[in-house]
Amino acid sequence: MTQLALVIDLNVCVGCHACVTSCKQWNTSGEAGYLSDDNPYGADPTGTFFNRVQTFEVGEFPKTETVHFPKSCLHCEDPPCVPVCPTGASYKRAEDGIVLVDYDKCIGCNYCAWACPYGAREIDEHQKVMKKCTLCVDRIYDQALPEAERKPACVMACPTSARLFGDVHDPESEVSRAIRDRGGYALMPEWGTQPANHYLPRRKAVAEIHPDELTRHDNPLKVDGQLPRPAPGEPALDDVTSW
Amino acid sequence: MCACRCGIRVHLRDGEIRYIDGNPDHPLNKGVICAKGASGIMKQVSPARLTRPLRRREGAERGAGDFEPISWEEAFSILENRLRKVRESDPKKFALFTGRDQMQALTGLFARQFGTPNYAAHGGFCSVNMAAGMIYTIGGSFWEFGGPDLERAKLFVMLGTAEDHHSNPLKIAISKFKRRGGRFISVNPVRTGYSAIADEWVPIRPGTDGALLLALTHEMIAQGLYDRPFVARYTNGGQLVITDPASPRHGLLAVDEGGDPVNPLYPQNQLWWDRHSNGPVVSHTPDTDPYLFGHFTLADGTRVQPAFQLLADRVLPHTAEWAEGITGVSAATIRRLANEMGVTARDEKIELPIAWTDCWGNEHQTVTGNPVAFHAMRGLAAHSNGFQTVRALAILMSLLGTIDRPGGFRHKAPFPRAIPPSAKTPTGPEGVQPNTPLAGLALGWPGSPEDLFIDADGNPVRIDKAFSWEYPLAVHGLMHNVITNAWRGDPYRLDTLMIFMANMAWNSTMNTVEVRRMLNDRVTEGEARGEYKIPFLVVCDAFQSEMTAFADLVLPDTTYLERHDVMSILDRPISEFDGPMDAVRVPVVPPKGECKPFQEVLIELAGRLGFPAFSNKDGSRKYKDYPDFIIRHETEPGSGIGFLAGWRGADGSKSMRGEPNPNQWEMYKRNNCIFHQPLPASYRYMRNWNRGYMEWAQRTRIRRWGDPILIHLYSEVLQRFRLAAQGKWPGRRPPPHLAGRVETYFDPLPFYYPPLELRATDVEKYPLAAITQRPMAMYHSWDSQNAWLRQIHAHNYLFINPRTARSSGVEDGAWLWVESQWGRVRCMGRLSEAVEPGTVWTWNAIGKQPGAWGLAPEANEARKGFLLNHLITDTLPGATSNSDPITGQAGWYDVRVRIYPAAAGEKQEVFPTFETLPPAPGTGKRPGWIAYVAGKETGK
Amino acid sequence: MRPAWSVILFTTLAGAGQGLFLALFAADLFARAPPDFAAAGAAVALGLLAAGLAASFFHLGHPERAWRSAAMWRTSWLSREVIVLPAFMAAVAVYGLTHALSYDRNISLLIGAAATVLCFALFVCTGMIYACLPFLQEWRTPLTVVNFIAFGCASGFTAAAALAAVRYPALAPRYALAALVLGGAAYLTRLASLARNARLRPKSTLATAIGIKHPKIVQIAQGAMGGSFNTREFFHGRPREVVRAARWAFLALVFPLPALLLAFAQNSFAALFAAFALQYAGLLAERWYFFAEAKHPQNLYYQAIA
Ligand SMILES: Nc1nc2c(c(=O)[nH]1)N[C@H]1C(S)=C(S)[C@@H](COP(=O)(O)OP(=O)(O)OC[C@H]3O[C@@H](n4cnc5c(=O)[nH]c(N)nc54)[C@H](O)[C@@H]3O)O[C@H]1N2
Ligand SMILES: Nc1nc2c(c(=O)[nH]1)N[C@H]1C(S)=C(S)[C@@H](COP(=O)(O)OP(=O)(O)OC[C@H]3O[C@@H](n4cnc5c(=O)[nH]c(N)nc54)[C@H](O)[C@@H]3O)O[C@H]1N2
Ligand code: SF4
Ligand code: SF4
Ligand code: SF4
Ligand code: SF4
Ligand code: SF4
Ligand SMILES: [Mo]
Repeated sequence: MTQLALVIDLNVCVGCHACVTSCKQWNTSGEAGYLSDDNPYGADPTGTFFNRVQTFEVGEFPKTETVHFPKSCLHCEDPPCVPVCPTGASYKRAEDGIVLVDYDKCIGCNYCAWACPYGAREIDEHQKVMKKCTLCVDRIYDQALPEAERKPACVMACPTSARLFGDVHDPESEVSRAIRDRGGYALMPEWGTQPANHYLPRRKAVAEIHPDELTRHDNPLKVDGQLPRPAPGEPALDDVTSW
Repeated sequence: MCACRCGIRVHLRDGEIRYIDGNPDHPLNKGVICAKGASGIMKQVSPARLTRPLRRREGAERGAGDFEPISWEEAFSILENRLRKVRESDPKKFALFTGRDQMQALTGLFARQFGTPNYAAHGGFCSVNMAAGMIYTIGGSFWEFGGPDLERAKLFVMLGTAEDHHSNPLKIAISKFKRRGGRFISVNPVRTGYSAIADEWVPIRPGTDGALLLALTHEMIAQGLYDRPFVARYTNGGQLVITDPASPRHGLLAVDEGGDPVNPLYPQNQLWWDRHSNGPVVSHTPDTDPYLFGHFTLADGTRVQPAFQLLADRVLPHTAEWAEGITGVSAATIRRLANEMGVTARDEKIELPIAWTDCWGNEHQTVTGNPVAFHAMRGLAAHSNGFQTVRALAILMSLLGTIDRPGGFRHKAPFPRAIPPSAKTPTGPEGVQPNTPLAGLALGWPGSPEDLFIDADGNPVRIDKAFSWEYPLAVHGLMHNVITNAWRGDPYRLDTLMIFMANMAWNSTMNTVEVRRMLNDRVTEGEARGEYKIPFLVVCDAFQSEMTAFADLVLPDTTYLERHDVMSILDRPISEFDGPMDAVRVPVVPPKGECKPFQEVLIELAGRLGFPAFSNKDGSRKYKDYPDFIIRHETEPGSGIGFLAGWRGADGSKSMRGEPNPNQWEMYKRNNCIFHQPLPASYRYMRNWNRGYMEWAQRTRIRRWGDPILIHLYSEVLQRFRLAAQGKWPGRRPPPHLAGRVETYFDPLPFYYPPLELRATDVEKYPLAAITQRPMAMYHSWDSQNAWLRQIHAHNYLFINPRTARSSGVEDGAWLWVESQWGRVRCMGRLSEAVEPGTVWTWNAIGKQPGAWGLAPEANEARKGFLLNHLITDTLPGATSNSDPITGQAGWYDVRVRIYPAAAGEKQEVFPTFETLPPAPGTGKRPGWIAYVAGKETGK
Repeated sequence: MRPAWSVILFTTLAGAGQGLFLALFAADLFARAPPDFAAAGAAVALGLLAAGLAASFFHLGHPERAWRSAAMWRTSWLSREVIVLPAFMAAVAVYGLTHALSYDRNISLLIGAAATVLCFALFVCTGMIYACLPFLQEWRTPLTVVNFIAFGCASGFTAAAALAAVRYPALAPRYALAALVLGGAAYLTRLASLARNARLRPKSTLATAIGIKHPKIVQIAQGAMGGSFNTREFFHGRPREVVRAARWAFLALVFPLPALLLAFAQNSFAALFAAFALQYAGLLAERWYFFAEAKHPQNLYYQAIA
């Protein structure tokens, strides 16, 4: 069974929001219908987005880590948002594990959003139906697109390739390998939702310079006469010991 | 869209933009895009779009934004009449300054043909220190000019960079670099953006990087971690400097008087003191090797020392402990960093099996590299000590042996260029004549006082005083001084000021309140009484900005999706490390309303005014339109060099040089809009000293000279100015009131001094540095009209370290005052552990004037968003500009402030605020909501 | 959570309607109230249910599609509620009609019993809509269902007492007594849930939300400065004082004050109606607080803007 998902590499995400607006532009004209914006030019502009990038600070100065944290629907393997939906508008596709909303069935009751611990669903205030990341179903299978571009819009956009896309059930896929090799983890594991999306943690490259490495025979200061050799005539151990 | 110049693809549906994505075949962005680029749709539909030419209504005040629409014909005739008169009388009274554009080759040509010296782009307030500091040292610089080779580097040190021009390529490269396990160190008072993913964050006090770099250099020399062979051969470190204070040539390089200078402009007869023969030889004599240390006496008794010795002496007192006190970076950290850089450079050497020949004829079987790469930007540049700081950086990079080598810094064509590059301005007022093109370029690269653009009394010819004794190496001009100087009439008054693509009444100006007053100020006595001090102001913009409100004439430009554009080899091409590259943009949607590309405006005006380069022999107009101009224009008749380097020659078979090709646009289009000329592998490295490359560059006329470009650890150019200031230079000398200034700052060796503003600041009272950063999802002031992007940054906060906030009584999220000695701002604060306690910062240019940018007066940008510029000054006591004394770079990040909570009953709104601008005629209605669907736009 | 008036009204009105029906049926069982009283009472109960139903429609983005919501009864408590509610209303209607038209006690009892089952089913459905969400820890307890039932019954019996004072005064004191007992029980269970919730420790923390183990994590930006669905739907947006005031208000109104009236009202319609009105007002506050108190873990991602 296939479970498509995103794997997000916090080790390289610089918080540029490219994925945010790429998602928006792709999907607002997408099959699913528009993503509306309110007060677009007024106070407190707000709108429907499938993907947001947030920022957290971890630790205290100077040991501060700034973490940029993209978040969209995690396409949980056991998605609590699906069973609660009274209309069946929310569903998880058997063939690829994508969790979707059927806008024609949705009554806009918000219940599924309450049932998502991650805040991954947003009602569209004008279309009045529940919306969320579709994993770009209307891209990834689109035969009209070149094969290399059959990927979610956010993945295509991301300049740091912090967003990997693939089948997390296929142990040989890029995403599975990344999760395995680099400690990929799920959000809020305490709820047993088994998010398909995973996050890769920060990794630190550290450098150790051994004092030895600073005193080497080829130090140019010798050539430059700045580390003169002692004159042979200076006293030495050689002169006073003999075994 | 922005200066990053990524390749994009615009997908249409029923003539409307379905989506915009990165062009996967584009060598820069390789298919990725940024938040702004992906929001291009909202730019097109923004109600802030200007769509008609506008004239300030009779009697309306400047700044009130009261306009009447006029036709293009009227606009052209107003301009034509006015400019014709100026050009006939005194062309320097017309000034053209341009902002964040990509068409300086055309705007520069227009100004030159007009005959005015008063032309520059925004570089002077942007990052000229970065350009000049590096180019005067290694013949190239960062961003468009060169960059870190992260594909091979092992250690990457980034100083003072938030987003930068090369943003997408840099993001791609950093992430690959990190994935490969490379170590990334960021030196920055703030940890956001790129710094967020650094392996180590080195928080530093703003304006003090010079001290850090000198201390690193000290360690590098003290520990013997410099790349000796590289320093000896490829820098002027081994060349002998005359160290004889009595000598008129004190501080200049000793030369073999009788020897062949090869090229008198860039002589090659300097001396080394050979280690083998223990005597003077002409540098780079085969089988010799210079001493880097010591003092020697030439046969004629002249005392000399290798430049490297002088550098070592210079940094001797600059210990890690010394720097710790200035920078706030611990001495232990400085030592550790120095060791890490040095050892990585030395022990992780890269050797590529690429044979090449150096300029002295030595064959090399391999190209080696020391994999320590640097990148730096405005964190170093935007301080009034930035030039010397950047020189210190370039020197550190050179000591590590990382210039144009794999894993280090690498040039991008047309760099490297000679030190200094050969382009020059006229050198006196006689270069400016009525009805005549300027006798030189408006911007150039002075190599000595003789190259300054001054009159006989040493006074500036340019309105911004660039290339005067005040800012001798102001190679990008000083756009930030134009309005102030023109208002003061210092050095003279202007007639017409034309601003293209810059928001000078708001965010690209220092002390915005004052500048807005100047723009609206009138002459109070004399003949011109009642006239504006800046009589006529033309603004070309695509959106209703704060600046357009001050214009007498507004020219509505197209957007980047509606016009032809070139990323020209004559300007800043999109070249990458492996060879020259340029690109074009072709329109994908029709211009909105009556918008007209500014290029077309210039071509039209140039034709009407009969500029020689735009006219046929019979005086008739030469070019039909901009695309026609691009194809047919040559730098000189028959030069074969034009705006585009690809598909030249009548049939498109030539590149770099060749006759105009009538089908050039089509050929670009067919080739993804990009021209790329990869160099043979042996020409891709060590280009400063690579004979093969130099010959190729000369043949393609990228370069005039083919001489090696030795790195100037020691800057003889600076010393020439210093000698002039000391009264020892045989030629031009500064006026007495500037002599001390020139003598101090034109130090041929890098040195650290606190930014000039600090000297005029009571730092007890104003203890905190206040800086800005670019948000990745906003381009300066111009993205607030974008419905998507403004949801990400609707307003801004002042970020404060909790310790600092605590001691100032400021609370998270609360309103507070930030005050400098120049002004004060009320804004909201946010506590952050990611900022050094002595610094406060905010996102740049989020705050807006009410009503500008198509926004409702109550928009967050206008009520909660603030502009830090109100706290900054463009003028320091003594009427000097708040700029680097060498290059004129604006000292944006030098301001010192204090913070305190807003009082309980105070208005919870940003201060200062300004009058609400009315919507300009032709701009759009503001919908209450939008739901964009390509092919049909819904909204109400 | 943001307290939605549509849902507050629905749960309180329907709860009272359900309680009222139970009171009628209880009278039928034990006290043999006259049929016209049961018929009138059923009409009032239906009125309350209908009003609740109407209110609940305001919660929907697409009320015209509400019919679709019966589809997922296998998994969704909401869907189940959507099925049970009309069934119960129908049963109450039939119950009332049989009393009004041709009263046959056995048939009425049969219908009443069926309606009672539906009534409790409806309570369970409504309660479970909230109690089934694992990460809304304040709701995730049997007490949620118990409270819904207890308060529904208490308010229904109070209403019945008031109704009885008009139509059949003999029953009023007994209803009042029952209402007192039920109200007391409801009060106790509600205090129990308050006590329980006060001791809750959120299972999710910022550390689990973003997967970084560190005691000090602070959000700086949530990626949307003008607010979003997430900031509107999951947080009451009121200062802490308001929430506290709501709690004190409901603690006074749902039981102590009505209890006084119930205890001394005798057959006074005015006093009994006042008791109902006070209690209902208290229930509105109680339900408001019920939502406001619930901390949705998604709020961890929406704590700061910059
Ligand atoms: N998204 C986006 N991209 C842009 C732009 C934009 O507006 N938006 N603008 C473009 C333009 S015009 C330019 S010039 C470039 C500028 O590119 P950058 O130079 O990257 O831009 P700044 O935001 O000025 O970044 C300055 C950085 O230096 C740090 N800094 C300040 N003072 C010091 C100091 O004394 N020492 C050190 N080490 N660091 C310091 C600041 O914290 C900040 O991180 O970006 C270009 N790219
Ligand atoms: N406090 C502080 N101030 C700063 C800086 C800082 O770091 N801190 N940075 C400085 C730097 S480096 C820079 S480069 C400047 C940038 O400052 P500006 O050059 O003033 O840049 P923008 O604010 O983007 O203004 C550019 C103008 O171009 C317009 N525009 C956009 N697209 C088009 C187009 O296609 N055609 C035309 N004709 N116009 C168009 C926009 O509407 C806008 O009015 O700001 C400087 N100001
Ligand atoms: S993240 Fe939320 S919306 Fe997405 S599948 Fe999981 S529970 Fe459902
Ligand atoms: S809002 Fe729509 S998708 Fe969500 S539970 Fe209700 S009907 Fe289902
Ligand atoms: S996968 Fe598609 S829908 Fe989901 S966040 Fe990415 S771009 Fe948006
Ligand atoms: S596009 Fe990539 S780097 Fe940028 S915010 Fe999204 S995930 Fe992070
Ligand atoms: S970085 Fe600049 S050029 Fe590149 S996609 Fe973004 S806006 Fe366009
Ligand atoms: Mo800039």
